[in-house]
Amino acid sequence: MPEFQTNCTVVQVEHLGADIFRLTLEAPDIAEVVRPAQFVMVSCGTDQDPLLRRPFSVHGKQAGGRIQLLFKIVGRGTALLAQTRVGQDLSLVGPLGRAFRPPPPTGEVCLVGGGLGIAPLFFLAQRLLEQGRIPLVLLGAGSAVELRQLRQDFHELGCPVHLSTVDGSLGHHGLVTELLPALSDKVGKLYTCGPVPMMAAVARFCGDRIACEVSLETHMACGLGACLGCAIPVPGRSDAYWHVCKHGPVFDAAEVVWP
Amino acid sequence: MTIYNRADSPDLSVHIGALRLANPVMTASGTFGYGAEFAGLLDLSSLGAIIVKGISLAPRAGNPPPRIVETACGMLNAIGLENVGLERFLKEKMPYLRQCGTPVVVNILGDSVDEYALLATRLAGVEGVAALEVNISCPNVRMGGVAFGAEPQMAAAVVRAVKEQAGQPVIVKLSPNVTDIALMARAVEDAGADALSLINTLIGMAIDIHTRRPKLANRTGGLSGPAIKPIALRMVWQVAQAVSIPVIGIGGIATAEDALEFILAGASAVQVGTANFYNPRATQEVLDGISAYLRQHHEPSLQAIIGGLHG
Repeated sequence: MPEFQTNCTVVQVEHLGADIFRLTLEAPDIAEVVRPAQFVMVSCGTDQDPLLRRPFSVHGKQAGGRIQLLFKIVGRGTALLAQTRVGQDLSLVGPLGRAFRPPPPTGEVCLVGGGLGIAPLFFLAQRLLEQGRIPLVLLGAGSAVELRQLRQDFHELGCPVHLSTVDGSLGHHGLVTELLPALSDKVGKLYTCGPVPMMAAVARFCGDRIACEVSLETHMACGLGACLGCAIPVPGRSDAYWHVCKHGPVFDAAEVVWP
Repeated sequence: MTIYNRADSPDLSVHIGALRLANPVMTASGTFGYGAEFAGLLDLSSLGAIIVKGISLAPRAGNPPPRIVETACGMLNAIGLENVGLERFLKEKMPYLRQCGTPVVVNILGDSVDEYALLATRLAGVEGVAALEVNISCPNVRMGGVAFGAEPQMAAAVVRAVKEQAGQPVIVKLSPNVTDIALMARAVEDAGADALSLINTLIGMAIDIHTRRPKLANRTGGLSGPAIKPIALRMVWQVAQAVSIPVIGIGGIATAEDALEFILAGASAVQVGTANFYNPRATQEVLDGISAYLRQHHEPSLQAIIGGLHG
């Protein structure tokens, strides 16, 4: 798989509400080869502090070699990234990691996203629609402000969307996983990304009835398989770890030790 | 006086004992995997040498997560020496490294003197292995876990044992977590080391004040990155004066300017470490910058400026 270390010009900065931002970048090399759930390592500052790049899954692709990144301000790196202006260059390394695998040829496909975990699922929905598959999308967040723009974007793609918010301000009042029991029994593949407790609940729901892939997020220094900082335990083995950057970020739900 | 054409490329070659490198820029162990990890982003054949992730006799799984945490201008790591072990290294990693044509330095680690010696024996005849780098920052299991590199006598014992078996030049990587690094350097030189590399990481800590727990599962970890450069530079300068074998500078080197500081302080070569994580092309940029500096200052060779610090 080709990888690039490249400066990409920011062509749009959107503040989607709360602390959530979306950047659109001119990244033709990466856009040409990136697949859903792959990520890029982004330099958030211009100096040595913060030192490390931050991993972001690609949120979507646009015509003209553009990619989008969706993020929330959670620390100093993302706070700096939120100050990015149109016309500025950002240094990206990528695309990195293993992508979601295609769904089986028959059966319905469902995407379950929570919070910023929605980011890679939009790109996956774009890809599925190109292939003539229309996924059912379940999105959850704390509050309506986090979901309004994303709901509209999924609608514009042509996906049926069901929403939930913890505060009840939009859609189902509660957790997105509470929408799972209403799913059709025709669902043959489920893709999920979001907070670990949410993905654990999705994995439990799928059990061995529904094929389930999850995209994980960890701290990582390099994203290249060199720092070995992104280790997670392998189920049933006390002497082995996966590295999220190389073995993942996508795993079969059964390959992960859930809390 | 050397007569040369200003347009000529300066001679960047260096000698580390019997080891001749085309240029002084190497990758620090543990920051460059086994080389292949960077092949998509960097021309590996441009490197002076590739120093691979530390290898032990048996594979090691490493520490539980969290293993890394970012700190001001640096990072802490407690990877726990995770590696594929000697057998898999030789079978799965060396064939690729061999065809890169870049000298390969194998960093070795053990929990006993015998283990170090056995690693040196097994690597002695391996084609493509240009040198060994001995990581003496590991705990000595038989001495209650005190690091080999913390005690001059233990460090010397490891070096003697490795030298007896080694088929290649032996570089010893010094720990900065000692009272007097020059004393350690001399002990290791007296034991037969062909060269020294320094510094390894400084032991540090970070605490999450909300959970009131250490941020690393291992509680403490090794600090690296630009934050440690002034300390590393001071130690390299001290050690270069204390020994007559070549010294390789490591510690927060991210740019050619950083590397040149180490070279002026007496380092014959440098290793780029943590910078590989956030700038996979750092080694290439360091190399290009050293070359540009030599041209700008009308220096015919790198050799001409090693230890060239005034005052």
